[in-house]
Amino acid sequence: MTQIGSAYIERYPEWQNGLPGRNLAWLSELRADAFARFAERGFPTRKTEAWKYTNLAPLAKDVFAPQTAASGKMPATVPAHIPDLGTAHRIVFVNGRAESDGSTHNALPKGVRLMTLGEALKEAPDLIADHLATDNKPEEPAFLDMNTALMTEGAVLTIEPGVELEAPVHLFFLTTDAAARSAMHLRNLIMAGKGSAATVFESYLGTGKAEYWTNVVTEIRVEEKARLHHHKLQSEGEAAYHIAMTLTKIEDHATYDSFAMSLGGSLARNEIRALLDGSGIDCRLNGINLARQRPHLDTTTTIDHAKPGSTCNETYKSVVGDHAETVFQGKIIVRPDAQKTAAHQLNRNLLLSDEAQANTKPELRIHADDVQCSHGATVSELDEQALFYLRSRGLSENAARSLLTEAFVTEMLDDIENISIREALRHAMADWLAGLSGTGGQA
Amino acid sequence: MPNLLEIQNLHVTVEDKEILRGLTLTVPAGEAHAVMGPNGSGKSTLAHVLAGRPGYEVTKGDIRFRGKNLLEMAPEVRAREGVFLGLQYPVEIPGVSNMYFLKAALNALRTHRGEQELDAVEFLKIAREKATLLEIDENLLQRGVNVGFSGGEKKRNEIFQMALLDPTLAVLDETDSGLDIDALKVVANGINALRSPERAILMITHYQRLLEYIVPDKVHVLSDGQIVETGGKELALELEKTGYATFEKKRAPDVAASAPAQSA
Amino acid sequence: MLSTFEKLGIPLKEQEALAGVAVDAVFDSISVATTYKEKLAEVGVIFCPMSEAVANHPELVKKYLGSVVPYSDNFFATLNSAVFSDGSFVYVPEGVRCPMELSTYFRINAAKTGQFERTLIVAEKGSYVSYLEGCTAPMRDENQLHAAVVELVAMDDAEIKYSTVQNWYPGDKDGKGGIYNFVTKRGACRGRNSKISWTQVETGSAITWKYPSCILQGDNSVGEFYSVATTSNHQQADTGTKMIHIGKNTRSTIISKGISAGQSQNTYRGLVKILGGAANARNYTQCDSLLLGDRCGAHTVPYIESRNRTAHVEHEATTSKISEDQLFYCNQRGLSQEDAVSTSARKSSRNCRSSLPLRPRN
Ligand SMILES: Nc1ncnc2c1ncn2[C@@H]1O[C@H](COP(=O)(O)OP(=O)(O)OP(=O)(O)O)[C@@H](O)[C@H]1O
Ligand SMILES: [Mg+2]
Repeated sequence: MTQIGSAYIERYPEWQNGLPGRNLAWLSELRADAFARFAERGFPTRKTEAWKYTNLAPLAKDVFAPQTAASGKMPATVPAHIPDLGTAHRIVFVNGRAESDGSTHNALPKGVRLMTLGEALKEAPDLIADHLATDNKPEEPAFLDMNTALMTEGAVLTIEPGVELEAPVHLFFLTTDAAARSAMHLRNLIMAGKGSAATVFESYLGTGKAEYWTNVVTEIRVEEKARLHHHKLQSEGEAAYHIAMTLTKIEDHATYDSFAMSLGGSLARNEIRALLDGSGIDCRLNGINLARQRPHLDTTTTIDHAKPGSTCNETYKSVVGDHAETVFQGKIIVRPDAQKTAAHQLNRNLLLSDEAQANTKPELRIHADDVQCSHGATVSELDEQALFYLRSRGLSENAARSLLTEAFVTEMLDDIENISIREALRHAMADWLAGLSGTGGQA
Repeated sequence: MPNLLEIQNLHVTVEDKEILRGLTLTVPAGEAHAVMGPNGSGKSTLAHVLAGRPGYEVTKGDIRFRGKNLLEMAPEVRAREGVFLGLQYPVEIPGVSNMYFLKAALNALRTHRGEQELDAVEFLKIAREKATLLEIDENLLQRGVNVGFSGGEKKRNEIFQMALLDPTLAVLDETDSGLDIDALKVVANGINALRSPERAILMITHYQRLLEYIVPDKVHVLSDGQIVETGGKELALELEKTGYATFEKKRAPDVAASAPAQSA
Repeated sequence: MLSTFEKLGIPLKEQEALAGVAVDAVFDSISVATTYKEKLAEVGVIFCPMSEAVANHPELVKKYLGSVVPYSDNFFATLNSAVFSDGSFVYVPEGVRCPMELSTYFRINAAKTGQFERTLIVAEKGSYVSYLEGCTAPMRDENQLHAAVVELVAMDDAEIKYSTVQNWYPGDKDGKGGIYNFVTKRGACRGRNSKISWTQVETGSAITWKYPSCILQGDNSVGEFYSVATTSNHQQADTGTKMIHIGKNTRSTIISKGISAGQSQNTYRGLVKILGGAANARNYTQCDSLLLGDRCGAHTVPYIESRNRTAHVEHEATTSKISEDQLFYCNQRGLSQEDAVSTSARKSSRNCRSSLPLRPRN
């Protein structure tokens, strides 16, 4: 049987040599086990329910070798592309390699550590051993396993109990055409200790037109009463593949507030699994998919209520133009113990062109009776009446369309507390919307 | 007076159903006309066709506005040329602030007229002036267009927009319904302020009361897609007493024959 | 007519419900009696067992049978096609409004058997027919299989209303015995302005997998699905619908109410698919689930796929237990806690029941 992904199996031995942490026996074992699991099953296909709407054939048609060459130099033009987040602590990766020149995390307050994975494996291997590859796993772990087997770099952030970090932490991943045809297997770890507070902004930027693959896994732990705001901007290059998985475990009375905006890549999947492993948790998963030209953008979330008395709210919106396609799969699980859960989800999709496509699959899996759960989903075009109303006051059809499109998504940003991140996202959204006029209009 | 608006033998179909069946109506500059008629007779259809709403198919007839063919113009061009439609049911647009929207609209109009665009400060000054005239709470201006407005507030917002955009022809579809007595006076003042020798107003209403404040030069009765009677302001009073029954009989015989029986 | 049923051993309560309706009785997949046949023949309506239709109207059967559900559609459809022994055939000619409700009454008597009936209803241009499927099986400890196929075809301006009251034996309170109910039901709205409406009350069977679907081919055609599914003890119901919008201005409405109790699992699974040509298609879906007890499960799994900009699809779902407000209101009106729960549950199913041609037995 030729399974998709079998080429990776052939080449794995050759790649192993370049991986960091080879001196750590536990890590080698972890990698070997993970790869064995991957090798057994290969890439998921559309027969796997979790991948029903995303066809990985384009990604699997070629082998993307892990990026191990030390080409992590910041190109001279790049600083201009880094979103300005004022006083943020920044860690920069270029083409999958740590780039110390652009990083500005020297003045971190006491109790906060921000390292690259490479550094952490040298300086604090036990910390990594404790927090890597926890049991909070997705339904289909193929890419997690591949990542564990091949991870080369990433950011590690730890916040000691009680420490409140004022300035946001910016994890910035840049990929240029120098990384053409290679894969960046990135692994980030974020540990927010009891009662701590932090804001993390994860951003991915591609500056070229080459094909490359970002395969990133971010493992997060939000301990008791901690508050973590986690925002993400995915604006990879137009031919890029971006497969991301965020695995968050949340404990009693903690807040996890996630916002993800995806607008880049040719095929991108943002998968989030939030395990609400405590009571009194406030979990928010929100985001926007902006798809024009020909991309396929997939957002897949699982919110798993394992204990009683927690709340989640989720809103995702997609704007789909040209020949683009979006997917939203949002599963909410309430386990038998999780009485008094309140879970609310909304997914709205706006189709702008005749060839655009939206697929949505909200899903409630409820095993406790004393709960309030709901979901809603809509797919439609711009409201004809609103369009006419604006035009009848003198706005051109294009102006009216872009105003209404902006109105559809812009309110989503209002809930982002950090002003500089909000503005960075607003800026990215405005650029995207500006690129829309002319192409999105139809007779 | 030259005719500002000339509608000749207008036939309009909506979803394969003929709603207007040969409607003829002229409004000279400087005049205010009222259109009255039973529910479903086609009044809003007429208003929408004048503003160019998609979905209405003109199968026959002609509309001239200041001598130009109105039917050839896109809705926004009509607006820029000076046609304003006050909607019977104004639309709520979440996420678009009233102020932002009106500034964009006013600047589109000004550009069309070859005037300078207004900056935010200049715009705000004019907007405040008009808002005061119509006793509109400034808070409403910051909110999403009509979002969460009461029925009366929506209508007042329509007239506020009209005052701001300063149209040559105002078509007002039941602007009076949903207004309390005080609001009706305020709105009527706003409309009267627009009256001038170059402009015209076409008011669609069910009630004589509005016409006490805005005295019409002519009153038309629209029934079953046609204007079946035209008279002076006393016609409205007569309608108030007798209803539409007497006028329905005046329909052109071919239309009457095919029309469905009217229930009381 | 009632005496026929008496002879067949149908319980009296069920006989009453069937009085005044044309009935084709299918026992263990064999059609045993069809009533009111002559009266229906006067207006040209054919209502007979499938075996008879194959003999007397081969051209009609050949033209339509398998045209909506191909033999290879799914495992149970294939099984059915291979082994089906009988079922009902309904043909309503152009312009005819079928003068009475038609009904098929299924009963699985034999032990350890399967029932594989096949039903075909064809409504020609401008016709109308309302059809009720009822069924029961006596209690047995072994499982029995019901793998039926139902095909509906509606031509221009035709309307078919298909209602089901499914109370097959669900097994005992420990989950022993009961029917496995794997049914393929599909309707094709072939003609312009045609309409197919599925109404189901699902209370029986140990396991149900059933997704009555509408293929909305004709422009302006309408599909409806109204469902109440209740599960208790160890029952598992996985039911819902598929609305495939192909033609322009096609509309569909899905209203599903699920009530789970005991250790049962109740799933709504539905697909709304809007194809590229379905301009101005509209779908509205509402799924509400109630949980009675903390050991049961309620699941809602809608799939929405839209490829047409001008289509509007809207889905809403809620899962909850009966709210305190509702309980308080009922208590206020003098109802006990238990009464209040059953009142709420009943209220949530009223919507569907009111569209059934016969009042279901309580
Ligand atoms: N989009 C549409 N689709 C189908 N029929 C329509 C549509 N719009 C209007 N109609 C029908 O056209 C007729 C005229 O409607 P219209 O709104 O113009 O009446 P009206 O005179 O303004 O009534 P009212 O006094 O109640 O406001 C009505 O029968 C209405 O149902
Ligand atoms: Mg009207």
